[in-house]
Amino acid sequence: MSMLISSTINGDTVDFICEPDETLMDALRNRVGLKGVKEGCGTGDCGACSVHLDGKLVCSCLVLGAEAEGRTVETVEGMSDGAKLHPLQTKFIEHAALQCGICTPGFLMAAQTLLENNPDPTETEIRYALAGNLCRCTGYDKIVRAVQDAAAVMRKKSK
Amino acid sequence: MLYQSPHTAAEAVDLLKKSKGSVHVLAGGSDLLVRMKGGFIEPDLIVDIKRIPATQQIKASKSGFIIGAAVSCAELAQNKALVKAWPGVVEAANLIGSDQIQSRCTMAGNLCNASPAADSVPALIAANAEAVIQGPKGKRVIPVAKVVTGPGKTSLKKGEFIEALKLPSGSAKSGDAYLRFIPRTEMDIAVVSAAVNLSIDAKKVVTDARVALGAVAPTALLVPAGAKALIGSKLEEEALEKLGAACAKACNPIDDKRGTIDFRVKVAKVLATRAAKAAYARAGGK
Amino acid sequence: MNKEVKIPKMDFKSVGTRPIRPDGVDKVTGRARYGADLDLPGQLVGRVLRSPHAHASIKKIDTSKAEALPGVKAIVTSKDLPDAPAKAAGLEATLENCMARKKVFYDGHAVAAVAAIDAKTAKQALKLIDVEYKILKHVTDVDEAADPKAPVLHKDCLTRGVKPKPVKASNIARVSEFGHGNVKKGFKAADIVLERNFRTEQAHQGYIEPHACVASMSPDGSGELWVCTQGHFVFRQQCAQLLGLDESKLRVTSSEIGGGFGGKTHLWLEPVALALSRKANLPVKLVMTREEVFRASGPTSAASIDIKMGVTRDGTITAGEATLRYSSGPWVGSWAMLGAMTSFACYDLENVKTVGKEILVNRPKTTAYRAPSAPMAAFAVESMIDELAAQIGMDPVDLRLKNVAREGTRASYGPVYGPIGIEPSLEAAKIHPHMSAPLKENQGRGMACGFWFNFGGQACTDLNINADGSVSLTVGTIDVGGARASLSLVVAEELGIEYEKVKTVIGDSATLGYNEMTDGSRGTFASSMSAIMSARKAIDVMKQRAADTWDVPVSEVEWVDGHAVAKGRKKSNRPPLSIADIASVAEKNGGPIAGHTEMVADGAGVSFATHICDVEVDPETGQTRVVRYTVIQDAGKAVHPTYVEGQFQGGAAQGIGWALNEEYVYGDDGRLQNAGFLDYRIPVCSDLPMIDTQILEIPNPNHPYGIRGVGETSIVPPLAAIGNAVSNAFGVRMTHVPMSPPRILDALEKAELETA
Repeated sequence: MSMLISSTINGDTVDFICEPDETLMDALRNRVGLKGVKEGCGTGDCGACSVHLDGKLVCSCLVLGAEAEGRTVETVEGMSDGAKLHPLQTKFIEHAALQCGICTPGFLMAAQTLLENNPDPTETEIRYALAGNLCRCTGYDKIVRAVQDAAAVMRKKSK
Repeated sequence: MLYQSPHTAAEAVDLLKKSKGSVHVLAGGSDLLVRMKGGFIEPDLIVDIKRIPATQQIKASKSGFIIGAAVSCAELAQNKALVKAWPGVVEAANLIGSDQIQSRCTMAGNLCNASPAADSVPALIAANAEAVIQGPKGKRVIPVAKVVTGPGKTSLKKGEFIEALKLPSGSAKSGDAYLRFIPRTEMDIAVVSAAVNLSIDAKKVVTDARVALGAVAPTALLVPAGAKALIGSKLEEEALEKLGAACAKACNPIDDKRGTIDFRVKVAKVLATRAAKAAYARAGGK
Repeated sequence: MNKEVKIPKMDFKSVGTRPIRPDGVDKVTGRARYGADLDLPGQLVGRVLRSPHAHASIKKIDTSKAEALPGVKAIVTSKDLPDAPAKAAGLEATLENCMARKKVFYDGHAVAAVAAIDAKTAKQALKLIDVEYKILKHVTDVDEAADPKAPVLHKDCLTRGVKPKPVKASNIARVSEFGHGNVKKGFKAADIVLERNFRTEQAHQGYIEPHACVASMSPDGSGELWVCTQGHFVFRQQCAQLLGLDESKLRVTSSEIGGGFGGKTHLWLEPVALALSRKANLPVKLVMTREEVFRASGPTSAASIDIKMGVTRDGTITAGEATLRYSSGPWVGSWAMLGAMTSFACYDLENVKTVGKEILVNRPKTTAYRAPSAPMAAFAVESMIDELAAQIGMDPVDLRLKNVAREGTRASYGPVYGPIGIEPSLEAAKIHPHMSAPLKENQGRGMACGFWFNFGGQACTDLNINADGSVSLTVGTIDVGGARASLSLVVAEELGIEYEKVKTVIGDSATLGYNEMTDGSRGTFASSMSAIMSARKAIDVMKQRAADTWDVPVSEVEWVDGHAVAKGRKKSNRPPLSIADIASVAEKNGGPIAGHTEMVADGAGVSFATHICDVEVDPETGQTRVVRYTVIQDAGKAVHPTYVEGQFQGGAAQGIGWALNEEYVYGDDGRLQNAGFLDYRIPVCSDLPMIDTQILEIPNPNHPYGIRGVGETSIVPPLAAIGNAVSNAFGVRMTHVPMSPPRILDALEKAELETA
């Protein structure tokens, strides 16, 4: 039996219908139209579908759409401030931290969570914080550098 | 299929008891949803226990800790008293999956999934943890070691669910540690794992110990002979060798995609020894 | 080295800079549309029913119950994709792979497909399709399959390439041979001769985006296909052939592609989606699950290589010989042939012989994976060279340098090399600080070389000059890693304008002539050559327009820094005309300005690399980590150095994953045991160090800017580099990839027993 779910998604109140066994990932992609949420595996191994649920980093493929009732969801579509990109978004482009780009939304979500909790992470901390996001193109080198650079920019701004 | 998210344990028990067909309890969902995606299960009812207040709390008292079944593993690491008392248990729980998984996965779920390779279970068994079970006949408490009966199987009865896990209070002279072997640095399931929990006296002699192994048998194993090898020792070479031998003897693993019998037995010895040293150091031994 | 290298252009202004890519913002904001991101009105959900058996004949398929399920709009089986058109086009194996005919050949082989109103209904319908199988004996191991006693996949498979032609069917589908000189004589001349068998397991490309497409066939017989592919022209041609359509009737649009690495050069789902749409008269979206990607889309070959090499005490390699067995899946490919061609390509050998054998197995059809077949051959050869060096007490880099291929060397696979980069990459490695950095306990350092052919092929581009002076470039090669930026740079360079003024897009299959796929490291090489030609044609038009304006012969007009300049004495006081000056008045003097090119981009120029790698091994568990890694590779000319580095790093990371952990694990039942990212273990971020790169630029004389392809070679050396590093740390020779912890621990223990 379909359910009517009411959530706050990227700052807006959004009602969507979903099946009780439908994942939040499918609901966001197919019911709400947020295609920036990517499916790479559907089993929590690749991180491409990462979103923030009540401020916590989760794989939306491992959350039921029904669980989002009354909760807040943030996706990559809500990351920039209008046309003004988040420093992570800017640095990912500048450092060529993406080649094909399919993993990028998930990496951005994970990196944002990392930098909120740890504004000055070491390379090792960055690597472990991003271990839940698979990238097959870059070898991660440029991703780590982009996060380091974005962290520096964000620290400067917050001073 | 139906999804329900009751607000009390009684409601949850009622739903579980009356349900027909395939019914599953949802805590973190990091195993349940994977099994659904793979088509291994097709639930008729999912009971989400996260909105029951008791499942969301960590309560510390003189007698120990009560950890709600829906407390995420990430939250465990933020509880300083828990980390201080049971660093090995928290470490084990924090090894499960990525940061994304950590926001969701729970120790109770890890236990009920009943995988022989579950990371938190050997640590919980070594720590002598107990499970608080809610059911049609009220609450009951059993050792964690009695929950899992085989791969994918638990001793929980119809209508029952785990509401919380109980850990004893730690002491200054005790320490625990958990180590697992995975081929990568993250994201893998344990190929073999070992947990050691021990206490020492003023002379740094081990007075009490519990040793548990994961992924070497159908369920996580308590290895009393391993504990015996440590008790009375200061972790001298001889004691560690005996520990290793006891662990190797207790192993009853399989060959599978994740590892061979031979490899698991060899590495079980290595990890048990390393975990014993780490636990000993945490207890103040070295 | 005396041959004149003709590189007309050397003082670059745009090429070699690092601007941001045009698709960047879309990709960091979630706007970029990939294979699964398009929804069409009335779209149905497709799903594929797959064989649970490794090898079976199909007795019966009953779809009646599924057809009766409300919401099911179409079901297709082999009947809906008939054999005749495929046979006419020589695509029988492609069709059979997309939809099983009388037999299933691997776990995951498609047997039927359904289109329904939603995912739930489609899933239910799959369960209602009744397939009766007769299970046959299967074989998944490459060496077991080559055994005469193995179950034979195709009763009509008589080995090609051997004389006399065999009369008995086997799984050895084809044999190919390369080399020159006399290896017997060569081995006789050697002081040391070593022989070994090396094995590598099957690896998957592991792109993060599963195969996905949206097919829409109209009742008028025309159709559209939206698909993540490395080559939409090839997909159009093959799909049209399989469905019996004129190519003009099928318009294929390539989505953004979420990684391919060779895996998206073959058809899997697309003809099935088109057949479903044709039957349902509605658009159908068909997306693979991750499990399907592993079970039923193309991995690379598993390989077993017998190798023999001889060396004199002074370090001359007197002969090299290899027999390479590569698994090909259930149908013949050219994988062993490529292995046989690449094996000894880095070296100048007097006597060399390689024999490639294509072996049929009950595994998914082998597909290209980044420099396909070369990494396995390099693992064998480069491991062996290190071992030979140790035997004669010579530095492994020096032994390689002593035997290295140079301009004029006749390659082991036939041709004579032009200017090439293997010697410079070895020289660079020799003096690289990485080579002399201290190592810690339980660490070892290894190095290895790699080769890849590169490819050129057909290209077609369309360059349009807009009235405001901006430039639109349309290409037909898929951008897999930043090619749109590189091609804009090349056009900006040629026209003498700013990078920002050029926007490159990928045209759909109706907008351009045929383009080959983005494979063989050809994307930037071939499309840049074509784009440069298009720009030059547009310049010619603009010069003519300027000449007309000034009323001078065109011979008196030059193109300088984005402007037409009058060079004759009489008119040189005229101010130069910019592109905008010329284009803004196009309507008055000849209409739109454009440059079109249709060409075969010959002369791709081969590619070489040398890698250096440090590993750390836990001797008690066999766990191995790469702690430092350096890639040195020839790029010809790096158009966008950051993206060149990205290719070097990405290829190295894939090679590291393959070397250490990635492998297909089959059970005794012939079923794939690890069809997911949990147990098919590609490297995660915390597994890897930073990957240092050094770009060498030995210009390719066949390209106007000296460009060589850079995409593939970087995956070739890592298997051997890591094997050599482990060997140097512990004195054990690793001969089986992946060098997983159990294999390393075993090797260490065996070595200990031998020395005890």
